[in-house]
Amino acid sequence: MLIYIIFALNALLFASVLFLITAGLNIVYGVMRIINLAHGNLYALGAYVTAWVLLTIGYSAFPGPLLYIVPPLIGAAVVGLGGLIMEPTLLRPMYKRIEEFQLLVTFGVLLVLEDLFLLLFGPYPLSVREPYSFLGVTKIGDLSYPNYNFLVIALGFIIAFVLWFFLYRTKFGTILRATSLDREMAAAMGVNVKALFTVSFIIGSMIAGLAGGFIVAKDTAVLGMGIEALVLAFVVMVIGGLGSLKGAFIGALIVGVVRQIGTAFFPEIELAVLWLIAAIVLTIKPQGLFGR
Amino acid sequence: MSIIHVSAKKQLIGYAVMLLVFASVPLLVRAGILTDFHQNLLMYAIIFAIAGLAFNILLGYSGLLSFGHAAYFAVGAYTVALAPQFIQAPSYEILLILAIISSAIVSMAFGYIAVRLTRIFFAIMTLALTQLVWALILKLYWYTGGSDGINVKAKPLLGIPFNEMMSRPEYLSSVFYYYLLGVFAVSLVILWLVVNSPFGKALLATRDNETRAEFVGIRVRLYRWYAFVISGIFTGIAGALFAILNGHVTPEQADWIFSGDIVFVAVLGGFRYFEGPIIGSIIFTFVKQYAMGYTIFWRLILGAVLIILILAFPKGVIGSVETLVSKLRPAPKQITFPAPPTTAQAREDINKKLDKR
Repeated sequence: MLIYIIFALNALLFASVLFLITAGLNIVYGVMRIINLAHGNLYALGAYVTAWVLLTIGYSAFPGPLLYIVPPLIGAAVVGLGGLIMEPTLLRPMYKRIEEFQLLVTFGVLLVLEDLFLLLFGPYPLSVREPYSFLGVTKIGDLSYPNYNFLVIALGFIIAFVLWFFLYRTKFGTILRATSLDREMAAAMGVNVKALFTVSFIIGSMIAGLAGGFIVAKDTAVLGMGIEALVLAFVVMVIGGLGSLKGAFIGALIVGVVRQIGTAFFPEIELAVLWLIAAIVLTIKPQGLFGR
Repeated sequence: MSIIHVSAKKQLIGYAVMLLVFASVPLLVRAGILTDFHQNLLMYAIIFAIAGLAFNILLGYSGLLSFGHAAYFAVGAYTVALAPQFIQAPSYEILLILAIISSAIVSMAFGYIAVRLTRIFFAIMTLALTQLVWALILKLYWYTGGSDGINVKAKPLLGIPFNEMMSRPEYLSSVFYYYLLGVFAVSLVILWLVVNSPFGKALLATRDNETRAEFVGIRVRLYRWYAFVISGIFTGIAGALFAILNGHVTPEQADWIFSGDIVFVAVLGGFRYFEGPIIGSIIFTFVKQYAMGYTIFWRLILGAVLIILILAFPKGVIGSVETLVSKLRPAPKQITFPAPPTTAQAREDINKKLDKR
C-alpha cells in the first residue's frame, strides 16, 4: 500500500514541475498568442545557471534557507533578462506577421540556446546534489521519501496560487486578461500593450527558469532537457487547453499521474499513451479541457 | 504566385535543364572538374529536396507548418532497413514501394489527428507526433537497434546487384545516382502537377481564406488531409532513398532537429515558391557540410541564420533574388487610364481637403 503513496507523491512532483513549465507557456500564449518553442530551453537555462552558480560560488556561500531561495532566483532572473532581450528584438517584429514566422523565430532561438549551453557549460551534465541531500528524507513506514521533493511539490502549489491571485485578484492581472481577450480594445482604453507583452513574456519565462532552478538539484542540467520538457508541456497544454491556467494545473496533474503509472507498468510506450490521451482530448474537444 | 510571372512551359523547361545539369554531374566528376565528395553531397541534397518539396505542399500551399516531417522520413528509412527482417524483399524497388505504403499509413493516421488543428496547434501536434515516432524507435531497440541505429542490407536496384560488380561508392555514384535522379524527376513532376491542378488551387484557397474556401464548397479538412498524406508519402520516399544512400539509419532521422532541417530547407529557398526547397536544400547541404568542418556549434549557426532569414529575408533565397532583379530592372511603363471627369473632380476635392488639414 505504501508504495502507492510514493507513486502518488512522485506523480505530484512531476505534475508540479510540468505545471510550472506549462504555466509560463500558457501565460505567454494567452496574452501574446505566441507559442514559444524556446520555452523548454528557458527552463533548461534556469537549471544551468542555478547549477553553475552553485558550482562556482559554492553552496556554502548561501547559509540556511537562502540555499533554496537565492540560486534558483538568480537562475530565474537570468532567464527573465533573456526574456527582456528576446521579446522586443525578436518577437515584437513578428506580431503582425503570420503565425508560422513566430514559430520559426522561436525555433531559431531554441537551436541557438541549445548550442549556447554546449558552448558555455560543456557537454557534460552539471550536477549539484547538496540542496537535495541536505534536506534529508521523510520516513513513510518502511519507505523513505526525499524532503526536497516535498519542497518542489509545494513550490508548484505556491506558484499556482500566486499566479491565480495575480491574474484574478490584482488590477494588473485584470489588465492582462483584458488584453488577452481583445488587444485592440485594451490599447484603445490606454493599456500600453507593448510594455504589457514584454512584462508577461518575462513573467512566463521566469516561472520556467525558476522551475529549472529547483529541478536541477534533484536531477541534473543536461543538454536536451529543454526539448524534452517542451514536448511534455505541449501534452499538458493540449489536454488542459491553450492559454488556460486551470487547464495547465489539471493537465499537469493528469500527465503526472499517467506518466507515473506509465513508468511503473509500461515504460516503453509511456509517451505514446500520453499522446494517445492528448489525441483523444483533441478529437472530442479540440480546444482542450479548459480552453476557450 | 511569383512577382515575375513565369509560364508553366518555361518552368518545366527550367526543371528539364536542372535535371540535365544533375545528370551530367558524374561526367564532370570523371572529367575532374568536380569530385566524388561533391557528387555525394549532391545526392543528399536531392533527397532532401524531395522531402522539402513534399513539406512545402503543406507550408507553402496549405499554410500548415509541420514540425514533424522527420516522422515520415524516418518511417520511410526504417521501412527499408527493417522490412527485410520480416519479409522476402528481392530488390530495393519493392522496399521503396513498402516505404510508400508505410509512410502513407502513418501520415494518414497522423494527418487525421493533425488536420483537425491549424496554425500553431497544427505545428505542435505534428512536432509531438514526431516525438512519438522518435521515442518508439529509440525504445523498441530489439527491432530498431535503439540509438545505434540499424544497417541497411544491400539489395539489387534496377536488377543490377549491389556490391557485386563494383564497390559501394561506385555503385552509389552510378546506378543509384541515376535511379535517384529518376525518382526525383518523377516526384518533381507529380508534385508540380498536384500544385497546379484544381486541387492545388483549392489548397491555396484554403490557405488564404479558410472560411471563404468552405463557403465555395471546398471540404477544407479533407483537402488538408489529402495534402498531408501526399506530403507524407513523398517525404517517406525521400527517407527510403536516404536509407539506401546512407546505408545506415538512426533515430536522428526522426528527431525534432531533423524536422527543423526540413523546415529550414523550405524557408531558406523560399516557401512561397515551388522550387524554393530545391535551392534551399542544395545550399543547406553544402553549407552545412563545410560549416561542420569548422565548428561543432552548427545548430547555433543554423538558428541564427533562421532568425535572420525570418526577420530580414522572409521570402528566402529565390524571393530575395527576385526582388533584387526586379529592382535592378527598369520598372515597366505604368499604363495610366485617365479618370472619368467626375472621379477626377472628386479626387481633387479630397486632395484639397487633405491639404487644408
